[in-house]
Amino acid sequence: MSTTENDVVKEIRSEYQYGFSNPDEAKDYFFKSGRGLSHEVVEAIAEHKNEPDWMRKFRHKALDYFYARPLPAWGGNVAEIDFDSIFYYIKPTENQVDKWEDLPADILDTWDKLGIPEAEKKYLAGVGAQYESEVVYHKLQEDLERKGVIFLDMDSALREHEDVVKQYMGTIIPSNDNKFSALNSAVWSGGSFIYVPPGVRIEMPLQAYFRINAENMGQFERTLIIVDEDAYVHYVEGCTAPIYSSDSLHSAVVEIIVKPRGRCRYTTIQNWSNNVYNLVTKRAVAHEDATMEWVDGNLGSKLTMKYPAIWLMGDRAHGEVLSIAFAGKGQHQDAGGKVVHVGKNTSSVITSKSISKDGGRAGYRGLLEVASGATGSKSKVVCDALILDDESRSDTYPYIKVDENDVDLGHEATVSKIGEEQLFYLMSRGLSEAEASAMIVSGFVEPITKELPLEYAVEMNRLIQLQMEGSVG
Amino acid sequence: MALLEIKNLHVALEDGTPIVKGVDLTVNTNEKHAIMGPNGSGKSTLAYALMGHPAYEITEGEILLDGVDVSDLGADERGQRGLFLAFQYPHAIPGVTVTSFLRSAINAKRKAANGGEDDPIAVKEFRIEMLAAMEHLKVPRELAQRYLNDGFSGGEKKRVEILQMAMLKPRIAVLDETDSGLDIDALRVVANGVNELVGPEMGALVITHYQRILNYITPDHVHVFVDGRIVASGGAELAQKLEAEGYEAFIPAGVASEAS
Repeated sequence: MSTTENDVVKEIRSEYQYGFSNPDEAKDYFFKSGRGLSHEVVEAIAEHKNEPDWMRKFRHKALDYFYARPLPAWGGNVAEIDFDSIFYYIKPTENQVDKWEDLPADILDTWDKLGIPEAEKKYLAGVGAQYESEVVYHKLQEDLERKGVIFLDMDSALREHEDVVKQYMGTIIPSNDNKFSALNSAVWSGGSFIYVPPGVRIEMPLQAYFRINAENMGQFERTLIIVDEDAYVHYVEGCTAPIYSSDSLHSAVVEIIVKPRGRCRYTTIQNWSNNVYNLVTKRAVAHEDATMEWVDGNLGSKLTMKYPAIWLMGDRAHGEVLSIAFAGKGQHQDAGGKVVHVGKNTSSVITSKSISKDGGRAGYRGLLEVASGATGSKSKVVCDALILDDESRSDTYPYIKVDENDVDLGHEATVSKIGEEQLFYLMSRGLSEAEASAMIVSGFVEPITKELPLEYAVEMNRLIQLQMEGSVG
Repeated sequence: MALLEIKNLHVALEDGTPIVKGVDLTVNTNEKHAIMGPNGSGKSTLAYALMGHPAYEITEGEILLDGVDVSDLGADERGQRGLFLAFQYPHAIPGVTVTSFLRSAINAKRKAANGGEDDPIAVKEFRIEMLAAMEHLKVPRELAQRYLNDGFSGGEKKRVEILQMAMLKPRIAVLDETDSGLDIDALRVVANGVNELVGPEMGALVITHYQRILNYITPDHVHVFVDGRIVASGGAELAQKLEAEGYEAFIPAGVASEAS
């Protein structure tokens, strides 16, 4: 019954503050493909973007890979995704701008509500803001531009730095890596391109923000980050969407190359509404003495399947995956990480914290692989699960594959519930049950939030509190 | 109006087993009461039931705080109204610093006092108050940034309980076996903290097996608690008598083995 469904949507909206949408603007979109996927749609995207021939071919070939591959039978339930009802490409505005006030009023209003222009002023070195399929706003601090840093949306990068894009795109994650990387490769649009020249350290984060507004939207951004020797960048992405009773799809591909002694930290605070399938492939290659860190916070979405990967190719390369997965009512977070040790004396740490409540399902799925010859490698995997009630579920799938004897591996896993005694102790000091539970959960994820810049740690704790408030009463 | 009035209080476990079997007790501001009893007499159950632990059911009687019956309220509301329990075994909350916990607890209380609207304490004001209280109670500074009770020694836990009491300024403090696990120096600091807080705004109820803590917190009234009931009441001298003669004289025939 539609009223019931509306009530449900209303109820969810009251807990999810980013669930607003701009219903009237749909007719104002600059360009919108029809629903469904086909070679015609792929052609229309390439045509509309006026892309070089190699990219056109890359897309069509990828679509064939997508068609040829079955849906994954593991992880979450992706069988219900209705690929025919999705809009694969929507261009909201004609041109990208570098002044917020140049955006159409309703789109600017969305960014203001999300606090992005404000955040840019305070603590960001650069911002890209993607709305539907296109990055509508993009800006990098001038001094970084002068140092040779390139921070562009991927479409502009393809136009302005075609050689580099052609050289690297699809080399870390081949189109045919999996069904959803194939889909992304066929219909990608937007995303970030970052190049940090040798020795340049960007102290403040660069941020990209991904917003889905339309119903049944498919967002397929494509990101490529190259951190040159001795360089450093911290890239942060945030994501939200309105709540609709039908599903949307977000399927990104992120490829990262960290050259010798470079360091890249990639932080995600994913807060999609609960009608978004979030199926993302992220992989980084770390060369000699390089460091790659994924900080992956998954709080939103209907289903997330995401396992940020690091290939430690160079000797002494170091990788870290810090993962938070929070699954509430109707949510399934299949998160985790993947590290492959190839170089000698490489090291890695995977720390996963998953929380499930109100029937949600959160899990850790990880692969730790040590190749033959990766002598002296060290790795530690810690996965802790916190289950807030009896309806909820937590799973741990820690796969380990070791082809080398000279290694040092550690694995720890814990599953706990919030204890009545802990709650009573906190409540006796005047905290409500919801406040007390939220405090215990914030403490549980603290080993990860303390790694975030202050503003993001505050945001993460606030999101956890919002999630918790919906759970009691 | 009395500060805390316990009237004919009966408390049972979830399975119905009666533990507290009819307690009447009145504590006023400016007063220190001691409840002394042997192990297994139900003293801690009384403390938990006063605070509103969900595992203990009040089957009869009432608990009046400043004249209002709080026996149907949750622990959070009792705490907000000024009831404070210093735990015998304070629980660890990993990942939450003492500072952040204290600020949240103070803000929860302020919110309740402000009719449910947030009224957070200014960060600076909070910090000054906390540092002063820590110094006064000889709580090492570094504890402020440690996770609440996580890896604390017995003495550190008890000092932080008293720190919470000093910061939250309750109407009535119930101290459950606060002396256990304390060396003499720590005991003195903790006792001084209680002595200073008891006054026109606060009363205290000290629950203990041993007389030792009462050397430092001199009670105005001492109650002997055996088998879920107060069986004798008197002044500070009663505690001395108990220490010298033991509980045997107060244990009715038939429950001796249960109470030992």
